[in-house]
Amino acid sequence: MQQTNKLTPFFENLNFERSDNMMIINFGPQHPSAHGQLRLVLELDGEKVTKAYPDIGYLHRGIEKMAENMTYNEFLPTTDRLDYIASTANNYAYAHSVETLLGVDIPERAQVIRTMLLEVNRIISHLFFLATHALDVGAMSVFLYAFREREFGMDLMEDYCGARLTHSAVRIGGVPLDLPANWTNDLMKWCDTVEHELANTYEKLLNENRIWKMRLEDVGVISAEDAQSWGCSGVMLRGSGIKYDIRKEEPYELYSDLEFDIPISDRCDSYGRYRLYMQEIRESIKILRQLVPMYEKSTPQLMAHAPQYISAPKEEIMTQNYALMQHFVLVTQGMRPPVGEVYAPTESPKGELGFYIKSEGEPYAYRLKCRAPSFFHTGLLQEMLVGTYIADVVTIIGSTNIVFGEVDR
Amino acid sequence: MAQHQVNYASSAGLPIALTTVDKLVNWGRSNSLWPLTYGLACCAIEMMASGASRFDFDRFGTIFRASPRQADVMILAGTLSKKHAEFTRRLYDQMAEPKWVISMGSCANTGGMFNTYATVQGVDRIVPVDIYLPGCAPRPETLQYALMMLQKKIRRESANMKKNTKQNLRLI
Repeated sequence: MQQTNKLTPFFENLNFERSDNMMIINFGPQHPSAHGQLRLVLELDGEKVTKAYPDIGYLHRGIEKMAENMTYNEFLPTTDRLDYIASTANNYAYAHSVETLLGVDIPERAQVIRTMLLEVNRIISHLFFLATHALDVGAMSVFLYAFREREFGMDLMEDYCGARLTHSAVRIGGVPLDLPANWTNDLMKWCDTVEHELANTYEKLLNENRIWKMRLEDVGVISAEDAQSWGCSGVMLRGSGIKYDIRKEEPYELYSDLEFDIPISDRCDSYGRYRLYMQEIRESIKILRQLVPMYEKSTPQLMAHAPQYISAPKEEIMTQNYALMQHFVLVTQGMRPPVGEVYAPTESPKGELGFYIKSEGEPYAYRLKCRAPSFFHTGLLQEMLVGTYIADVVTIIGSTNIVFGEVDR
Repeated sequence: MAQHQVNYASSAGLPIALTTVDKLVNWGRSNSLWPLTYGLACCAIEMMASGASRFDFDRFGTIFRASPRQADVMILAGTLSKKHAEFTRRLYDQMAEPKWVISMGSCANTGGMFNTYATVQGVDRIVPVDIYLPGCAPRPETLQYALMMLQKKIRRESANMKKNTKQNLRLI
């Protein structure tokens, strides 16, 4: 008979003595903590995960195929929708590849503005990581605080390009607009706010928080060898003690002239990675502070001068016949880059992001492949999740910081 | 013991408000719309921003729920792929009546810029949509406006469940 004063479960007819005691559960594709449309098929032994199988493709939109039917400039807004948390990083990675293919030099002011936008996006993305990761683990107040500062960063992006999320703020050959008046002052104010909140709100709330540490420490451990063999990049790699950052290894834009450190951690767990993200925000702020004087010194040219690929300035188009003809061809047919293939890696907030482009001299790319960091980190889940408890699955997914626009493309 | 003496005839009249059942029920329904967290792509980020500190959806009585059983409105935020479409329909069917659908963003409305082999060209092919919300991605203000429009729509509806049951609608 069931004893009402005891909490032990009572089952009348059910028999749990089975030799095969594994349970298969589906995690996603619609799960609030799955960071998009991840479907994980988990095999559980009690609460322990014995097998994990990430099933991707729920957000496959055929972006790479679309690139084959679009001119190079047409495709740029589509790259916004890859890693939609830091759109400019995608815009830049794509533009950087095409520019490498074309072999054009970018004017200094455009470089400064681009680097600024990239770093603003890095902070926005890291704040978003903190917000969602904390929300998944259970610290809802951090989500609300981090989104507050993130909104101010979005306001900065909005002031510059008019869009909150899908920026398209970088063009092939430069940037379309100069910074609006007072933008750099707002930027510096925002940097101060973020730095202050980082030290006094987020880190005070989380760093020594007992629950946060219990949920994150020694969870999602990945050794340096594993991280390398699974193709990890970004914080996933640096969190395992490998000092590798494309901004230092293969500097692009102004990163070779800027002073910043690459924080690394030997902890190899989620907590170490969380600390790295916080450290990286500080480094980005450091970079932004160096960029403002560089902006003021630069000459106000925004687009590269290569009239066979990139439309000449409006003045030239209006006064010179040949420039007008070239502009007409560029607008109606699209630019025709030289024959060849190119891969130019960049350090997006999530890791190594690069576009491989094969050009046959046509206005359309013959093949475009996006090397997205999240894809590799999703693959890693099948090894990281094995042996962990089901409650830690959400922490580990949050810690990998994957975005499904980028994984499924 | 305190004694309260209210003079109904002189001060504010009788403590009675007259209304209809329709109005009362719809008042309740429209002010506690709990959406299902159905983030699919980029729009999900703006949906999260709407729920976060600056835009604060809780003001409208809108609290995101993770289970379709507890949700009243499904905000389809983002690109729906053909692989995912089956689950959308299943989750929609799991929601209890009365239920509403907001299609957020161009991708959900019409397929948007992704006119490819993999995407559903509009979620109205899968579930009946009440509000279409344009933009790529729509700003949080737009989503708030859409929710207010939905509240308006609900307030005009009949509270009689049988009349507006969506299960009876025939889909293409």
